[in-house]
Amino acid sequence: MNRHNLLLFCAAAVVVFFLAMALFAPLIAPYEVGESVSDAWEDSSAAFPLGTDNLGRDMLTRLIYGARTTILIALAATLLSFFVGSISGLLAASRRGWLDSILSRTVDLLLSFPPLIFALVMLSVLPVNHFTLITIMAFLDFTRVFRLSRAASLSIVTSDFYEAAKLRGETTLYLLRHEILPNILPPLLSEFGLRFSFMILFLSSLSFLGLGVQPPDADWGSLVKENKDGIAFGITAPLVPATAIALLVVSVNILVDGVVNRVVRGDKQR
Amino acid sequence: MSELTRLILRRILFAVGALLGASVLIFIGTNILPGDVAQAILGQSATPEALANLRRDLGLNEPAVTRYFNWLFSLLQGDLGHSLTNQQSINDMLGGRLANTFFLAAVVAVITVPLALLLGLIAARYHDKLPDKILSFTTLAAISLPEFFIAYIFLLFFAVQLGWLPGLAKISPQMNFWQQLHAVLLPASTLTFVVLAHMMRMTRAAVLNVMSAPYIETARLKGASLRSVIFRHALPNAIAPIVNVIVLNLAYLVVGVVVVEVIFVYPGLGQLMVDHVSKRDIPVVQACGLIFAATYILLNMAADIIAVANDPKLRYPRT
Repeated sequence: MNRHNLLLFCAAAVVVFFLAMALFAPLIAPYEVGESVSDAWEDSSAAFPLGTDNLGRDMLTRLIYGARTTILIALAATLLSFFVGSISGLLAASRRGWLDSILSRTVDLLLSFPPLIFALVMLSVLPVNHFTLITIMAFLDFTRVFRLSRAASLSIVTSDFYEAAKLRGETTLYLLRHEILPNILPPLLSEFGLRFSFMILFLSSLSFLGLGVQPPDADWGSLVKENKDGIAFGITAPLVPATAIALLVVSVNILVDGVVNRVVRGDKQR
Repeated sequence: MSELTRLILRRILFAVGALLGASVLIFIGTNILPGDVAQAILGQSATPEALANLRRDLGLNEPAVTRYFNWLFSLLQGDLGHSLTNQQSINDMLGGRLANTFFLAAVVAVITVPLALLLGLIAARYHDKLPDKILSFTTLAAISLPEFFIAYIFLLFFAVQLGWLPGLAKISPQMNFWQQLHAVLLPASTLTFVVLAHMMRMTRAAVLNVMSAPYIETARLKGASLRSVIFRHALPNAIAPIVNVIVLNLAYLVVGVVVVEVIFVYPGLGQLMVDHVSKRDIPVVQACGLIFAATYILLNMAADIIAVANDPKLRYPRT
């Protein structure tokens, strides 16, 4: 195994580790979620491997349940964004005309706007819960998926093999399933990882600002926010969830980068 | 009218359209609730009088289109309206804060731009050698890290452990320039770290892109040294894309500033906006959102115009 593969392997291990953490949270958490078990901000010990938080709750337990919230919301938002983005992009490319113009101009407009700022504007009136967070994040991010999906589909609907299939008299469903989808899937899949890691960062920032996940629920961003006052006393508690965020995002990015590189190289060899 | 002027005019027109669109989006964004905004702000237990008062203050008794144009016209006359929470004029609230945010952004830009150029050139000069690899890895990590992670590491190290810099970026007009600079150094270095990574990577890519051109090979083959090739042949041609990169990253800075201001309790526009989002003080949020959006749109416009003015190839639409 060379060095590059080792890095990829570590990244994959980290991602799987956090996914398992999110999935099996109630089974592996050493304490009840939200249970005060000690004094605030205790150092790490055998009983509390990562110390305790600002209210004396076990940090490891908070982190494990936080993984669940963070990954669930980020994943749901990414999926929704891809669902809306790829279908609207496909429609815009295959129908063209006014539908394409309206969708493309709307997306241009949304992209000329910093997403965090627009999220803040909407969160000033909307009730803050998982549903609105997922919707807002997906709405602001579908623009990038739309552009990718539209560009990829466009190159196919203008190709000869697509024209040939159409002239054969294939149905729209057939064209979609056998001609378009297999060809736009690879670029969309590699984009999926990048959008997912962006969503984690986006959600964490919102929660850190106190405008994301609301107590008693807590994602990793909320954990940083809850413990941030400790830093002035040299307490490293906020760094624990911050490191988890960083580790997951970096691993996803490395993984995407590695897999994309491999696919591209594989294509060249063929 | 030359092709270039026409393109620039068109880009300016698009920016004006985007600004108008941004104002519509912000307005719709704050009127998106199917029910009553007043009810949402005050909650279910609000008295009918309080609700009626708030509705009147927000102008909710008029149709949405009228409200939008009223808002837009007073904006164009320079009146941003009044805060709901303390009835203060938003113009007065924003003045000093806007200056503070631009001060922080300016400090970051002054540190970042030359540093990014230098590091980008070093990485390109030692392409695929050790310095490039170290820089590439560090910047890849920096891009993937959330701002607050970097901020808290810096805080812990420079403010708490070493005690060199203040952990809270308190700033006031009574302070002289050097005191103000000292106060913002920690938030500024956090932002520098994040923006520098983006800017350096793009500078490196721009220089490497030029370096792969045939005339660079010619220069190498005629026996010019690598240093002379980079500084005399590649750099002049890479300047346009690099300037574009710098302006784009300054636009990115506008957003990054929000989180960093909250971390360091810096009295800027971003902190004001976040504060008033949780208070559901809609007029203040609208005003801050619009200022951020306008800065972002104008910087992006500047980046595009600089790119088109410097690269004739961009003046002809790709077919």
